Amino acid sequence: MNKPDPLRTAQEQGRIRDLVERGLRRRYRAERRFRAYGLAAAVSGLLFVGFLFLSIISTGYTAFVQSYIQIDIRFDAELIDPEGKQVEEILRMGDYSGVFKAALREKFPQVEGRRELRQLYGLISDGSAFDLRDMVLDDPRLIGQTRELWLMASDDIDQLVKGKIDRKLPEDQRVVSDLQLGWLDALTAEDRVERRFNRVFFTAGDSREPEQAGVLGAVVGSFLTLAVTLLLSFPIGVAAAIYLEEFAPANRFTDMIEVNINNLAAVPSIVFGLLGLAVFIKFFGVPRSAPLVGGLVLTLMTLPTIIIASRAAIKAVPPSIREAALGMGASQVQVVAHHVLPLAMPGMLTGAIIGMARALGESAPLLMIGMVAFIADIPGSLTDPATVLPVQVFLWADSPERAFLERTSGAIMVLLVFLLVMNAAAVILRQKFERRW
Amino acid sequence: MAVESKTQSRSAALETATAAAGGSEPTARRTVGDVSVPNPVMTCRQVNVHYGDKHAIRDVSLDVAHNEVIAMIGPSGCGKSTLLRCLNRLNDTIPTAVVTGTITLDGQDIYERRQDVVQLRARVGMVFQKPNPFPKSVYENVAYGPRIHGLAADRTELDEIVQTSLQRAGLWEEVKDRLDQPGTALSGGQQQRLCIARTIAVGPEVILMDEPCSALDPIATARIEDLIDELRQNYAICIVTHSMQQAARVSQRTAYFHLGDLIEVGSTDMIFTNPKHRLTEGYITGRFG
Repeated sequence: MNKPDPLRTAQEQGRIRDLVERGLRRRYRAERRFRAYGLAAAVSGLLFVGFLFLSIISTGYTAFVQSYIQIDIRFDAELIDPEGKQVEEILRMGDYSGVFKAALREKFPQVEGRRELRQLYGLISDGSAFDLRDMVLDDPRLIGQTRELWLMASDDIDQLVKGKIDRKLPEDQRVVSDLQLGWLDALTAEDRVERRFNRVFFTAGDSREPEQAGVLGAVVGSFLTLAVTLLLSFPIGVAAAIYLEEFAPANRFTDMIEVNINNLAAVPSIVFGLLGLAVFIKFFGVPRSAPLVGGLVLTLMTLPTIIIASRAAIKAVPPSIREAALGMGASQVQVVAHHVLPLAMPGMLTGAIIGMARALGESAPLLMIGMVAFIADIPGSLTDPATVLPVQVFLWADSPERAFLERTSGAIMVLLVFLLVMNAAAVILRQKFERRW
Repeated sequence: MAVESKTQSRSAALETATAAAGGSEPTARRTVGDVSVPNPVMTCRQVNVHYGDKHAIRDVSLDVAHNEVIAMIGPSGCGKSTLLRCLNRLNDTIPTAVVTGTITLDGQDIYERRQDVVQLRARVGMVFQKPNPFPKSVYENVAYGPRIHGLAADRTELDEIVQTSLQRAGLWEEVKDRLDQPGTALSGGQQQRLCIARTIAVGPEVILMDEPCSALDPIATARIEDLIDELRQNYAICIVTHSMQQAARVSQRTAYFHLGDLIEVGSTDMIFTNPKHRLTEGYITGRFG
């Protein structure tokens, strides 16, 4: 027989078991430690996200309600239509702020003097004049009648009602005067102050008056801009990825394109804004501040992301499927159209989601092409001046009025919901394309 | 019996290829046995394949006869799959692959510029090692080939092709009630038979099979082998296999490859009972491989 195998003696086997035993404890410790790190990372990430949401929602949820003041409005023919012609042009010109100012004077007859009167008029939003005008234009028979109406409170009063202004501060340190406090308390005692859902926030464009400002203009602007971005960047990106992956010859030129695309993905977005300004606005004469030019700039920014993700998705299609199709006699284009593209579509859509989410949150390049302007109208077409949600957030955050603070957070929430809806749509689409093999 | 130099023009190209590959490599071994058959469907003459610097097969000449199953055996890396993939030009997809020599189908050079690859692959079908049905329904899998080649004029004709192909592949009875279910949901053996059905749906003349049973269990393997035997009535079949029992069971002729050389060709009975070359003998008796 051979000499005994040193690894098989009982003594040696015992030693090996001991060694493994000792190592085992260390290995398990390392594993527990590693898991703890991972858990800690996940929990802290969640905490930060939770904190972010908590702070945004807690400051922002009040933007969705607005204080209203009930007051007896007399539609005085003297102020609205002194000649009694009932023609639209004249009704349009009527002094509607005079109407609610008169109503306020009637309610608090003891107020005198210009300064006090101005404080009194300050209870009600100036925008109420437009509401009254619209009511009269709708139904001219209101003229001469008296109605109990709920009018929008001005932003400072609204903040006070929502408890965002401290009553206990000395008068010279708060925007609401003692007189206004008194009137408001009197109205509250009569149940004439109420908080209602802030419809204006969702149906109006931007305004200098916080209580009249809404996000609809920015939402429509974002929608149009992203529609342009998606319609351009997805087809172009996918086509470029297919060409580079399936058809391009492997030479120095293709290598150069590849390097450039990867570098483009890392270019700071404001540079794309400058490029857009120089190329699209200055050279091609696309109207500035418009969703069209915004979409073009964001397309430039999104393209590299989509191309890179699409190429990865195409690469991940199993070669066996490609070979099967080629073996059947499918041409290169048929292989791509019938097999590679459908199988790579989920991955491509993921790239599109990432790119579009980034485009939605982008404001820097849009500042360069004039989408930062104050635009009160809701854009109706791709060439109308518009702004987008992140820029709206930026503009409001920059405004001095206290009431814009909650509206900023409100707009952020709208932006997040927009993002959520967009991503949900893409995920549903992706699931439709996902197949097993 | 040596290889006849049918094409003088090719030898020049061959020399350049050899020179490019490093020049002083040992000359190819002579193949033992008769590589040619009367009235072949495909012929290979002095085929060389390079993958970049690697000389994958050297001066291989081999014929494929009508209605025969020819088995290609040999240890891993011997070039049998490479030769198989030359027969329908699937090597074209590998950018570094260079093929020289002559391969003909019904007397026509398939590497000629006039030869359309799409046309060729419709005539020389392929079944792969791993069952690779498309992630589509059973029906769509079989209908795919006829559809892209425009073989069916209308839906009824297509239905007929699908049914016939599935019947010939011995799968019809198992899947006729679930033609609209994904082909990937079938079992491994069924998937491989689906791939065979897909291949014969375009009416090829030659079917190439690259280790078609290596991913299957013995029962599924037996079914495929029976199928191969039946298919021989209508098609010429080249099968690459690692299982010598399989080669012995299904083929009429066997070719043994070793490190890029075709060592020996002959009737399967002869190769397995009375191999002439010591390498062949070593392989089939299990001394190496």
